[in-house]
Amino acid sequence: MFALADVNSFYASCEKVFRPDLRNKPVIVLSNNDGCVIARSKEAKRLGIKMGVPWFQLKSAEFPEQVIAFSSNYALYASMSNRVMAHLEELAPRVEQYSIDEMFLDIQGINSCIGFEDFGRQLSEHVGKGTGLTIGVGMGPTKTLAKSAQWASKEWPQFGGVLALTRDNLQRTEKLLSLQPVEEIWGVGRRLSKKLGTMGITTALQLARTNSAFIRKNFNVVLERTVRELNGESCLSLEESPPPKQQIICSRSFGERISTYEAMRQAICQYAERGAEKLRGEHQYCRHISVFIKTSPFAPNQPYYGNLSTEKLNTPTRDTRDIIIAAVRALDRIWIPGHRYAKAGIMLNDFSPTGVSQLNLFDDIQPRVNSDKLMKVLDSINHAGLGKVWFAGQGINTEWQMKREMLSPAYTTRWADLPTARI
Amino acid sequence: MLRFISPVFEPTLFTLPLFTERCPAGFPSPAADYTEDELDLNAYCIRHPASTFFVRAIGDSMKDMGLQSGDLMVVDKAEKPQQGDIVIAETDGEFTVKRLQLKPRIALIPMNAAYPTLYPEELQIFGVVTAFIHKTRGKD
Repeated sequence: MFALADVNSFYASCEKVFRPDLRNKPVIVLSNNDGCVIARSKEAKRLGIKMGVPWFQLKSAEFPEQVIAFSSNYALYASMSNRVMAHLEELAPRVEQYSIDEMFLDIQGINSCIGFEDFGRQLSEHVGKGTGLTIGVGMGPTKTLAKSAQWASKEWPQFGGVLALTRDNLQRTEKLLSLQPVEEIWGVGRRLSKKLGTMGITTALQLARTNSAFIRKNFNVVLERTVRELNGESCLSLEESPPPKQQIICSRSFGERISTYEAMRQAICQYAERGAEKLRGEHQYCRHISVFIKTSPFAPNQPYYGNLSTEKLNTPTRDTRDIIIAAVRALDRIWIPGHRYAKAGIMLNDFSPTGVSQLNLFDDIQPRVNSDKLMKVLDSINHAGLGKVWFAGQGINTEWQMKREMLSPAYTTRWADLPTARI
Repeated sequence: MLRFISPVFEPTLFTLPLFTERCPAGFPSPAADYTEDELDLNAYCIRHPASTFFVRAIGDSMKDMGLQSGDLMVVDKAEKPQQGDIVIAETDGEFTVKRLQLKPRIALIPMNAAYPTLYPEELQIFGVVTAFIHKTRGKD
């Protein structure tokens, strides 16, 4: 048996935990650069605010009560997510973090001491008491069915956010699947559901009843797996440790458009540093470094330009200096002045776990001496939280930085940002 | 006559164990078998790390018990509030720190005669203050 625990309106709820004045108030959280709505509290949903609505439209809209907006505060969300995870691990033997606000739990055999739904309510109470966040719990014999149960527990309030689909009660499972539209199934996107729709498959139950060989022939093995999972055959197991990364991407949209080479170079240097730091965190070395830059495809009266360039290194590296040099070389190849760039990023590829590789006899580039030691010092200074050191290439005056005008304090991760209480 | 001497391929591996522990040349430390972990203030103050939050105190309503403005409070959300606990409660959309009275009637009692006792109709408690830290030097 699997359980899927997910935090209700996660980002918006995190913002409310430390703000008692926002209890029962509509709260929304905006994407990077305060672009559009990515999370809504239940009060905001009730006002009819939809996901993905641009902030500039909402700002001027009239609502019966004031809507409180926040820039996304990922330091806070990550900290709260870890706390939820820690609470779940206290009660379940194995937990997989599926996303920042969703965790799969292995609950095999739990029903020999407590009913599944009682256990779900216990989980919810435990997390609620310790973190102030509310979770919903869906349970089923496969991950896909657990996800369907979670969907249903949200759709029908009478379940109180906890629902278990068990093998002993197949009728209930079938009833639920007959009410679930295909596009709500885990792993079935809008395109797939459209194609399924043309074949007359519109509900989860219809998909479950479809011959799996037919699905493999007309779609792919992934959807066939979904069909098997809907029928209670578990094909996806719990992944406790995430698979090692094959690629690292660092990219941002700029707070304001960049039109000078100097500013773009600073941005690329910053992403290169961040990427190199992540790479070292993964204990990997990389050989391919790609840089991309692009203008906004939506800007009126401006030609669109976007390009990507890749540098291949002779030896794998995780030294920030090598990555910056390669990134700037790649940037120089694709930089065209005169455009107003909206976004840039860096991609690190072709990983290997060690820096060992065949050196070329005639190479004039030798590996850097004491590179690992220097990088270790760099990372430990930056992780100590006492101050930062960085390469001069990213500049000190970065007005193109992400726009986060409504950022809440990092209540749990910064001394200066602690919540206060009147005594 | 020429004799070719070819190098030996695959020489037999000969391994020696490497002792990574350093061998002191003098008398061994008599304390070596008695070392214990250093005391950890986190372990002393925090029972449930995942549900513990730090909150800064502002004001002087609790001065009779030594809790002063600027002190750092260790707040555990998972602890069940009991009679006499120092709690962080929500009043008028704000966090407030008071001593909790459950019997005979629910009240939030300040530890300073200059402040009134509060009798909230609906009690929302954020967490129980399990410790507070008052820095005597290097205020932050």
